[in-house]
Amino acid sequence: MANTNTEVLEEAVRVIKERFGASEHRFRDEVTLIIPPENIIEAAQTLKETFGFNVLIDETAVDYWPQQTPRFHVVYHLYSMPHNLILRLRVPLNGNAPHLETMERVFPNANWKEREIWDMFGIVFDGHSDLRRILMPADWQGHPLRKDYPLGYEEVQFSFNAEEIDRRKPYAKS
Amino acid sequence: MVMLREVSVDELRHLVSERALAGETMLLNMGPQHPSTHGVLRLLLELDGEIVVNCIPDIGFLHTGVEKNMEAKTYQKAEVMTDRLDYLNPIGNNLVYCLAVEKLVGLDVPPRAQAIRVILAELTRIASHLLWLGTSSLDLAAMSTFLYTMREREMILDIFEMCSGQRMMTTYVRPGGLWRDVPVEFEDAVRRVLEIMPRRIDEYERLLTTNELFLDRTRGIGVITAEECIQWGISGPVARAAGLKYDLRKVRPYSGYEQYEFDIPTQPDGDVYSRYRVRVEEMRQSLRIIRQALDKLPYGPVRSNNRKFVPPPRSELGVSMEAVIHHFKLWTEGFVAPKESVYAAIESPRGELGVFLEGDGGPKPYRVHYVTPSFANLQIMPLLTRNHFIADVVGIIGSIDIVLGDCDR
Repeated sequence: MANTNTEVLEEAVRVIKERFGASEHRFRDEVTLIIPPENIIEAAQTLKETFGFNVLIDETAVDYWPQQTPRFHVVYHLYSMPHNLILRLRVPLNGNAPHLETMERVFPNANWKEREIWDMFGIVFDGHSDLRRILMPADWQGHPLRKDYPLGYEEVQFSFNAEEIDRRKPYAKS
Repeated sequence: MVMLREVSVDELRHLVSERALAGETMLLNMGPQHPSTHGVLRLLLELDGEIVVNCIPDIGFLHTGVEKNMEAKTYQKAEVMTDRLDYLNPIGNNLVYCLAVEKLVGLDVPPRAQAIRVILAELTRIASHLLWLGTSSLDLAAMSTFLYTMREREMILDIFEMCSGQRMMTTYVRPGGLWRDVPVEFEDAVRRVLEIMPRRIDEYERLLTTNELFLDRTRGIGVITAEECIQWGISGPVARAAGLKYDLRKVRPYSGYEQYEFDIPTQPDGDVYSRYRVRVEEMRQSLRIIRQALDKLPYGPVRSNNRKFVPPPRSELGVSMEAVIHHFKLWTEGFVAPKESVYAAIESPRGELGVFLEGDGGPKPYRVHYVTPSFANLQIMPLLTRNHFIADVVGIIGSIDIVLGDCDR
């Protein structure tokens, strides 16, 4: 068994790469493993049980629109309390309506974090116990943090186009 | 135009017990406009008489789309939005964002700026804990503590105003250092806090620690174990009150916390009372850190000299063409960060506050995600409140110290 924390990290990276077909990326002493979607639950399970990565700090997503393969990355931050290590896992997902298996059975606090990802990015988590919107109203349409979702703004009205813009504005007309 | 739709119990069928569907238990809305929820939090309580069978938190009433907005602003401008998240910990929010940006672009911070950051972050912790102490004891009908803690909090807010011109939304910490150096009165003002606060903390303790009414309402209420904290990703005072000796300032020090001597207070029980004891002790430890940082506050610049990221001082603009160019470039286009991602975290008054920041090679962040302690803490509400009286729910909400701006972002 490895002794120091760095050795544990190197060992974990080696095992995950070997067993789950992950690739590795390093930037400023942070290690990222890119794992195929079908292996993510098992990889997290292995990290938790064998290498002590027992805390899910965060789960979120990034949208790379207009790129389609992959369009999304789901990003997990795992923390190992016994070894004081952080490991980032990224899962690439293709297309507009991607599915991924839920992490809830490994880390129960993934529940709300996955609800937030569904709410903000529209990524469906299969087997999730309570996949409802969490931050946006229940009847909201669209997924705001997608890159093709516009950031609303008001058009600037000048004297030459004031009336035209006024007609399009969504407030009540007298 | 989106029409508002009513949410029916049918959609929550999988969350409530079967007795609720048969009408044996009652579903009660608590909030979103309930004073004891410390913001706009809605709790859907399933009640058997006065006993809570189930608690379903409903958040998002304070969602302001900060993460989306930050994607449309340059790195410097996006920082202004971070104060608005956890409005009781503005310096901490700025600090963690700046740590992430500095890590992403590889920027060094001078030692004086580091020390001032630590002093201000600890002052914010005290201010936040004071507000928490006041409001949560107010929830438990201890009115006088609130008046006293507000009085002391005012002293700290005055210091923020002295430094940044703002009492709450400071934006004082900037990527590469601070906005400007602290004014000359700063040291005296902080020393006054250091002198007064220990006596005042003793006073609060005299009001509450052995108060029979307070003990009745807090002991054995809302218990969580250390294992559950790990399982649910809980950090900060809630975890430490359950006996988990986990503090980011010790395990992953930032801004030079490793130079200061302080203890991590823990309690074994994990109930509301333990959380109170931990937070009160944390205020004392914060004072210890501030005293050490102030005693050896180094002289020197408070901003990095790297002009590609940090604007030049105003005095140089009149004499140096390069300074004008840098100033113009930084305030119009901004600086460019690599196409990489980083994670930085600090110990906020509520727990681990992290920022996941991704750049795309341009001057605007591609993705900013705030990993907030209030979000994690609220998720365990069903665990904490089960089989408690509805009156204790109020005490439990107070004890986990949520800030809805932090939770909903």
